[in-house]
Order: sequence, then structure tokens, then C-alpha cells
Amino acid sequence: MAFFRINTPSFYKKTIMCPQHITTKERLAIPRQEMPSQNPDVRNKNFKEVNLGYTPELAQQEALRCIQCKDPSCIKGCPVNIKIDQFIKLIADGNFLGAAKKIKEDNVLPAICGRVCPQEDQCEKACILTKKHKSVAIGNLERFAADFERETGNVELPAVKASTGKKIAVIGSGPAGLSCANDLIQLGHSVTVFEALHELGGVLVYGIPEFRLPKEIVKLEIDGLKQLGVKFITNTVAGRSITVDELLKEEDFDAVFIGVGAGLPWFLGIPGENLLGVYSANEFLTRVNLMKSYQFPDNDTPVFNCKGKNVAVFGGGNTAMDAVRTAKRLGADHAYIVYRRSEAEMPARIEEVHHAQEEGIEFLMLMNPLEFLGNEQQWLTGAKCLKMELGEPDDSGRRRPVPIKDSEFILPIDMAVISIGNGSNPLIKQTTPDIEVSKRDTIVVDINTMATSKEDVYAGGDIVTGGATVILAMGAGRTAAKAIHEKLMGIDPHE
Amino acid sequence: MHKIVSAIFLAENIKKIEIEAPRIAKKRKAGQFIMIRVDQTGERIPLTIADADPEKGTITIIVQGMGKSTKELNTKEAGDTISDIVGPLGAPSEIENFGTAVSIGGGVGTAIAYPTAVALKKAGNYVITINGARSKDLVILEKEMNAVSDEAYITTDDGSYGFHGFVTQKLQELIDSGKKIDYVLAIGPIPMMKAIAEVTRPYNIKTMVSLNPIMVDGTGMCGGCRVTVNDEIKFACVDGPEFDAHQVDFKNLTDRNKLYLPEEKQSAEAFAHKCNLQ
Ligand SMILES: Cc1cc2nc3c(=O)[nH]c(=O)nc-3n(C[C@H](O)[C@H](O)[C@H](O)COP(=O)(O)OP(=O)(O)OC[C@H]3O[C@@H](n4cnc5c(N)ncnc54)[C@H](O)[C@@H]3O)c2cc1C
Ligand SMILES: Cc1cc2nc3c(=O)[nH]c(=O)nc-3n(C[C@H](O)[C@H](O)[C@H](O)COP(=O)(O)OP(=O)(O)OC[C@H]3O[C@@H](n4cnc5c(N)ncnc54)[C@H](O)[C@@H]3O)c2cc1C
Ligand code: FES
Repeated sequence: MAFFRINTPSFYKKTIMCPQHITTKERLAIPRQEMPSQNPDVRNKNFKEVNLGYTPELAQQEALRCIQCKDPSCIKGCPVNIKIDQFIKLIADGNFLGAAKKIKEDNVLPAICGRVCPQEDQCEKACILTKKHKSVAIGNLERFAADFERETGNVELPAVKASTGKKIAVIGSGPAGLSCANDLIQLGHSVTVFEALHELGGVLVYGIPEFRLPKEIVKLEIDGLKQLGVKFITNTVAGRSITVDELLKEEDFDAVFIGVGAGLPWFLGIPGENLLGVYSANEFLTRVNLMKSYQFPDNDTPVFNCKGKNVAVFGGGNTAMDAVRTAKRLGADHAYIVYRRSEAEMPARIEEVHHAQEEGIEFLMLMNPLEFLGNEQQWLTGAKCLKMELGEPDDSGRRRPVPIKDSEFILPIDMAVISIGNGSNPLIKQTTPDIEVSKRDTIVVDINTMATSKEDVYAGGDIVTGGATVILAMGAGRTAAKAIHEKLMGIDPHE
Repeated sequence: MHKIVSAIFLAENIKKIEIEAPRIAKKRKAGQFIMIRVDQTGERIPLTIADADPEKGTITIIVQGMGKSTKELNTKEAGDTISDIVGPLGAPSEIENFGTAVSIGGGVGTAIAYPTAVALKKAGNYVITINGARSKDLVILEKEMNAVSDEAYITTDDGSYGFHGFVTQKLQELIDSGKKIDYVLAIGPIPMMKAIAEVTRPYNIKTMVSLNPIMVDGTGMCGGCRVTVNDEIKFACVDGPEFDAHQVDFKNLTDRNKLYLPEEKQSAEAFAHKCNLQ
């Protein structure tokens, strides 16, 4: 076994295994490096980030576990095909900035995706090591490279091509809109992003909490886009403040990209849903994250006072995990996840489920709410639930939950958060009838170009797929940017 | 940032504020509202666009100081700025030539009803306005209402001005006098809107009310503003704020608006304390 010194700032200098002389057997003998994190009993009382990030030593150790497959399957598992083998090799070699650059060739938001992508269903699932060992921690390494570049002040602004004189409007500042704007501005187009809320970032700021994705990271990404020349106009609701047709005809935009997300919360449709104390996850998270109600009264927006209360979140996705962990941090005595299937079927990232369990979240699986119960003043007092068992697989391949007879019981709770997904906000559809939408109100596009049925109008992200992931939204924004560029510049994509 | 062009008190605690907002001024229709956030730590509150001047690029809001946010807004003067304004939001009022239309406003509801009364007049209706206040010094927009009305009535609870009694009594009087009424719009405190709904129900007069649930985003994203109409959940910020009065569950709205009473009290007291110190 050989050792060498790596070329990083002096305080990082440590002796570690030399990547050139390590055998596959030695690589496989290295255990998967744990992500350092805040102690669960401390972090469930604060809003600071849970994960602390790899040190350079941990990152290099982890990177050495990659056996550098000839035909890496992880790349195929990544929705935007990041050159995973190459960036991991750069980390192993101690070239952390090179690794960050390599990732950015394919992913414009690596610090964010490294934190929130469901890696266990994507790259890490495809990692060859998963067969016999644990997969390489690709997400943790992605995050490390991006954080290293940012924290050492080495983020370089990309070059912007000469102005093309073309104007593009991007509606929505979530990951789809931001990545679309990013690519278009670099190609020399003028880009204006219109955002409905007073803050930029979409779900990254109003949905995903600070303890999972620090807002400062999102802000820096947006500041970068501003420096490149992207114009941002907040407080503008497309369909109300301005319509797509007005953007094209009156404001002379040459193309419009719609990335408005999936922003219409579904409710359960059971009795008692309008009782005081019943929230949608969107409302609860928006109050806490966007309006900073955890700092009430210094910030004016109030939220249900969870201190010493019992809170149940209904659902099993990332949003549900975020809501329940937020309630715990706001002082909830008992914070439950109530899910109608079993833990294996929960769509949330596995890391979030583990973190939630460590933080003292109680998981009530195979349970379905029937009715919310309230007192005289209409405050929620409990949820009548029914126990379920797993039956035959349904269309999605997951085993269908079926009720167990006479298993009704009452779960005493003071607050309920409904987190069963989102539909599409109908504003654009209502005001732009010539954009074709599906039965579920999602916008229909050609997946190769993200073009809608309306000339010069493109769409991507959750408004097309329904609630999905950050990386898919980002990929869609980039596909659209390429197609818009080719269309506006008269480039034949097949040449 | 939006600059305040003018700010004057119309009555004690009710202020008329004209603000620069060119895009909204151009686009807004009667019945629509804005969400406003006074400063970086402020909450987002809904306020109706009482008037707009597309040429000047300004909108007018009329604000009643209720709690922290509205009272703070009412301390603003010409030249001050407002951090965020978004709009126009909500579905515009349904405007057509109904025949005889009665617009009823209670308290600051008069200001909310005003733009719709203007639009009803423009659409060719015979417009009757009934505007109620607790007493004479709280009557607002009298001149403006007279200008758009074929018949204008003012009611005061204490009889210090106009008709002595409630707006419901005046409406009942009009109905009893044999006047054929085709459309009623009522905006004001929840008990008033509920009472109006009961007055018109037996006569099957189409009656709309503008609901005021607690809102957050105002764009349909959070569902906090949900109200029960015809036993269905509706989001007041996108499906409303105007709904068929005969189908609204007013009790549910009253209950839900009490969600943050302790917090509102805390905010208001802290604000009053701050004002006293200054
Ligand atoms: C709480 C929560 C946790 C999540 N956790 C994860 C996770 O861990 N990993 C993961 O991959 N995905 C996660 N997701 C899903 C992921 O955030 C979304 O798939 C992604 O943000 C979609 O991006 P988008 O750009 O399409 O839309 P959004 O991020 O929703 O952004 C849309 C933007 O458009 C704005 N907008 C809407 N309507 C209009 C209009 N009419 N005019 C102007 N602007 C408008 C919105 O205000 C918003 O800012 C989570 C989602 C939520 C809600
Ligand atoms: C579509 C819409 C249009 C509106 N237009 C106007 C307008 O043109 N002029 C105007 O003065 N007001 C209007 N309102 C009401 C205004 O938004 C509230 O008075 C304001 O949000 C109260 O905030 P606050 O912090 O000052 O008071 P808070 O301290 O939050 O509340 C004070 C009191 O007001 C009640 N309250 C709280 N929130 C609301 C609410 N959203 N609506 C009504 N009462 C509430 C509470 O029950 C409490 O008793 C409108 C409301 C809606 C939904
Ligand atoms: S205020 Fe959030 S949906 Fe209406």
C-alpha cells in the first residue's frame, strides 16, 4: 500500500492512500464512509443543516471505493448522465475543483442535487458495488465537490457568448426555470425570469427546509445567474399579472419557458378537513420556510404552535418527512407519520426516513385516516383511522393496502398536515387555452424539445411531470434551453 | 419596492393609500385584490384594489387597521415604500347587465364593493348602493358611491346619519316596497354577509359575497384560504373571493378566521408598545 500527499490547502493536508497504486481488493475493503451529521437529539430542536458534509479525507476515502468500471452503469442511472466515474476519480486524486467542474458539465446545481436527489433510486442503485457491498456514496461526493468549490471561493462564472438579440421569458424560478435561464444566458440570449412569490427558488426555498437545504446555497446559485445577466422579476403571477400571450406579443419575447411547478395541494376529501389545526403541507412549510414563522413574533407570520402538541403528517414522501421533522423542531411532543402503505413503499429519500427515525419521529404504517374530529370551538382533537394490510400489487407495482375489518381507532392529535401530493395550478391553463394539457392538467410536451402545443412556448419540471424531482426538473429546463436556442437561431439539431 | 403616492385617512382608522404599481393598474378588474408585504419581516395580507389609474400607473387600497399588519400599513405616508405587492389576484367580479343591482357594503366592505359597483353601473345596471357604518364619522366613500348610484342609501347603527339601523333592514325595506331586485353583492363583516344571504334567500335573488379567509400566497398554492361552498372545498384566492352567498358555510369561515387569535393579539400588543415608545 502506498501513500502520497494531496494538493489541497494546507489545513487539509493529510496522508492517505494513493489512488494510483490501490488494488480493486483494497478498494472493496474500504467501508462506505458515513456522512457526519448533527446529533439527532440536538438537531431535532434546531433548523441548522443536519448533514455536515465530508471532510476532504472522508471524501477521498469514499472516492477510492469506486472501482472505475469500464462501462459505468451509475451514469445511466443518473437522469442527467453526470460523468460520475470521472469526477470521482478527480476527487480520489485530490483534484476537488476539477471534480466540481466535471460535474457542472452536466448538472448546474450540484450542491443542491447532492443534498436532495434520491440517489438510492438513481446512480447509487445502478452502482455495481450494490450487488455485494454498499454502493459508492455518489451523492455525498457530489455535494462535497460542489461545497469545496464554493467554500474555498473558487466558483467561476462561466463565459457568456455574444448577444444574439433574442429575448426569452422564463416563468417560475424553481430548478426547471433556473437551469433553463442558466443555459440560455450563456448562449447569449437575454433572459427574464418571472416569479409569483416574493422570493426566488421555488420549492427549494418555500418547501424544502433549511435543515436539509440551506437557503444560502440556493441564494448563491441565483446570485450567480444575476451576475451573468439574468433579470429576475418577483411578485408576478403569469396568468394574472401577465399572460403568456402578452409576453409574446406585447413584451416582444421570442420564446417562453413555463416552469411553474406543481402547486395545488390535494386534500384527503374526508370529513373534518376544514377544522382548525388541519393544514396542507404546502401551507405549513410555506409559513415556516418562506415566511419564517419559526421566528414569530420577530417575523409577523404565525403558524400553529406545536409546542407540547401531538402532530400527525399524512403521507410518505419527501414533503411529509420535511413537514413532520419541522413539527418536531417546533416542539411537538409526538410527531407521527401516518402512511397507508408500509415503510418499504414510502417514496421519500431513504436518508430522510432514517434521519426522521433518529430524530424521534413515530411511524404509523398501514393506516388510513377516515375522519378528523374536533371540539366545540372547531379545533382538531383527533383522527379516526383504519388499519390496513397489504394485498395484491396495483398498477404502480406496489402492493395495494386493503382495510382490516373493525380496526378503527382514534389517534389523538392537535394538528394534522396533509401531504398526499400536488396537482397543477390552473392559472396558465385558464388564460392560455391553446396550450394542450393532460387530463391531470399537466402541460403536454414533446419530450425531446419540451415544446408545448403552442408555438414558441416550452414547459418543463413538475408542471409537465406532476410532482417529481429536482434533477428531472433541472434536466427538463436544460433540454428546453437547447431546443429554444436551436429554434431561435435556426440550427438543425440533427446536423 | 413600491412608492406610496398619497395616503390620507378617510375616517378614524381607515386609510386610503395610492401606490405605484403600473402592471397591476393596467391589468386589474373589479373584484380583484393584491397581496402586500409591508417589509422584509412582514406577513402577506390580502387587500382589494379599490381603484386604479392605468395612465398614472397607480392603484388605490383602502385599509382598516385591524391588527399589526394593517395598523403598520396605516402608519405609512406619501413617499414611503412597500416591499412587495403582487396582483391582480382572484377571479374578477361577474359583471353583466342583471337589471337592478344592489351593492351593499359594511364598514371597510364599502371600499371593497366600490369597484364592482362602478363596473355594474358601466354594464348598464340600475345600481342601488347601501352602505352601513357604526356611526356618521365612520362613513366612507359617500361622494364616490353617490356618483355611481341611481339610488344611494347610508345606514348607521346609532342613527347618527342616514337610515337608523342595519343594511339588512334597508334591503328588506326595498324588497318590501315591491322593487324588483335582480342581483345583490354584499361585502362586509361575516355576520352581515350571512344576514344578507338570509334576507335574499326566500326571494331567490342572486346574491354574491366576497369572503375574507386568512391567506398566505394568494395564488392557490397553500390551501390555507379554503372555504366551504356548496359542501365543496374552494380556494378563495383563485376560485373567489366572490361566492354565491346562499351556498357559503359562514360558520366554518368564522371559525377558521380565529386560527391565530393569540398570535394576532401578541403581534398587535408588541406593535402598540413599539408605537408608544416612538
Ligand atoms: C417539501 C418538498 C420536498 C421535496 N424534496 C425533494 C427532494 O428531497 N428531492 C427531490 O429531488 N425533489 C424533492 N421535491 C420535489 C422537487 O422540489 C420538485 O420536483 C422540483 O422543485 C420541481 O421544480 P420546478 O422548477 O418544476 O417547480 P418548483 O420548484 O415548484 O418551482 C416553480 C416556481 O414557479 C412559481 N410559479 C408558480 N406559478 C406561477 C405563475 N403563474 N407565474 C409565475 N411563477 C409561478 C412558483 O412560485 C415556484 O417558485 C420536494 C418537494 C417538496 C414540496
Ligand atoms: C380577498 C380579501 C380582500 C380584502 N380586502 C381588504 C381591504 O380592501 N381593506 C381592508 O382593510 N381589509 C381587507 N381584507 C382584510 C384584511 O386582509 C385583514 O384585515 C388583514 O389581513 C388583517 O391583518 P392584521 O395583521 O392587520 O390583523 P390580524 O392581527 O391578523 O387580525 C386582526 C383581526 O382581523 C381578523 N382577520 C385576520 N385575518 C383576516 C383576514 N384575512 N380577513 C379578515 N379579517 C381577518 C382576525 O380575526 C382578527 O380579529 C381583505 C381580505 C381578503 C381575504
Ligand atoms: S392563499 Fe394559499 S391557496 Fe389561497
